[in-house]
Amino acid sequence: MANTRAILHSDMNSFYASVEMMLNPALKGKPVAVCGSTEERHGIVLAKSDLAKKAGVKTGMVNWEARRLCPGLIVVPPQYDQYLKYSKLAHDIYQRYTNLVEPFGMDECWLDVTGSGVYGSGMEIAQAIRQTTKDELGLTVSIGVSFNKIFAKLGSDMKKPDAITEIREHDFKERIWPLDASELLYVGRATDAKLAKYGIRTIGDLANTSPDTLRYMLGVNGLKLWHYANGTDTSRVMPYDYVSPVKSVGHGVTCTADLLTPEEVYRVMLELSQDVGHRLRVHELMACGVQIYIRSNDLYGCQFQCKLPFRTQLPHEIANAGFKLFTEKYKWNDHVRAVTIRGIDLVPKKEAEQLSMFVDTQKRDRRARLEDAIEDIRRRFGKHALTYGCLMGDLKIPDDGRHIVTMPGLMYQ
Amino acid sequence: MEPQFHKVVVKVLVSIAADRTKTPLSLTFEDGKEYVIDRVRGRQRAAATKVGGTGIRYTIIVGGRQTYLFEDEDEWFVEAKNLHV
Repeated sequence: MANTRAILHSDMNSFYASVEMMLNPALKGKPVAVCGSTEERHGIVLAKSDLAKKAGVKTGMVNWEARRLCPGLIVVPPQYDQYLKYSKLAHDIYQRYTNLVEPFGMDECWLDVTGSGVYGSGMEIAQAIRQTTKDELGLTVSIGVSFNKIFAKLGSDMKKPDAITEIREHDFKERIWPLDASELLYVGRATDAKLAKYGIRTIGDLANTSPDTLRYMLGVNGLKLWHYANGTDTSRVMPYDYVSPVKSVGHGVTCTADLLTPEEVYRVMLELSQDVGHRLRVHELMACGVQIYIRSNDLYGCQFQCKLPFRTQLPHEIANAGFKLFTEKYKWNDHVRAVTIRGIDLVPKKEAEQLSMFVDTQKRDRRARLEDAIEDIRRRFGKHALTYGCLMGDLKIPDDGRHIVTMPGLMYQ
Repeated sequence: MEPQFHKVVVKVLVSIAADRTKTPLSLTFEDGKEYVIDRVRGRQRAAATKVGGTGIRYTIIVGGRQTYLFEDEDEWFVEAKNLHV
């Protein structure tokens, strides 16, 4: 047992809704849902209290749907500054026990307390965290305690709210394996459907499939899932101050009204690319590829990407590549609701570049100097001091001031 | 049902020691009524369960009675009883 790790996964229960109820005790014991604003077309349920959940309200539901299911529903707008504040305060509590605290979204964290023996065992620390969070913040957490990150996360989902679940090496087969494969981290809708085609329905099925078969089906990720299911995953909990290297730089919006023509899509892409180009500059990176994500008004999204024949941080080159992808790949059955554009395959600007014979490098240099000048003017006189003529007028992009939240990312090895 | 308590932001006279420990000396309500804090019995981070929110909770003795005073991001507040008049 000496080599066994002690990993905790702490999940703050219905986080947004709990914070709202903690800030306003009058909401306690009532069906509450935190919803985005309908006017800005973010009118979906972001979080709900237990009572609202019992009435059938689900995260992601449209506001009117939720109101119909649960007539007495109290709808409150989100207060992101408060959620960030309490998320940070919870992280402060975790850090009393270990510096290995890795956030996964705003309300979830992994903790590695293997070396925190002075504070007690994993279970004892989990108890202490659960009680402290309740006393100090008035919020409840559910914690999974296990010997790897995957089972710890599954454990935190088993008993909620305000509970602790321990998954040990000798009992994980009875407790984890009967669960649906889709419960496992990174088994989304597409992977689940693929697994179901081969008759793999539970995590146990996945664990008992040969790793070669899984690799054949799903590539390297298949192998990863096999390790996850068998409890042999060794990914680390990263220190709290760890900053993951920038892998892509992107920007996206949900438009205030549907985009009806390709021209409108282009203008949105060009506007978004201004920001992408600027951030590439700030990080001194060049993009060797472009990725776009288009969500149509039936809420289904699709993603495309391509390589560029050169490396760039110029907004119009990124936008043009994105738009080319869009016209080639996107089937215009429904109007476009949301657009995201990203620079991918990033390389440091200082790195030497292989020039292509088929690209007019001199012209690109001149264009780069022009962008330098534009950047300088914007730095001195503001972001909107200079812009493209085609970006004048209503772009159907909501005003700035959107809150940017770090989304859950990848597992570190 | 009406909640029995509500949050009242108060003006507080604080003494700050060299090690930055704060000790509230008196608190003043909006109407100007001032209460001298006889003693601070405890200091810990805690949720204000009666009125919502959290902060550093000072357990204080005012006029021989124990009560709580909270400090949250430079704002000081107490959990005041609703007087139904």
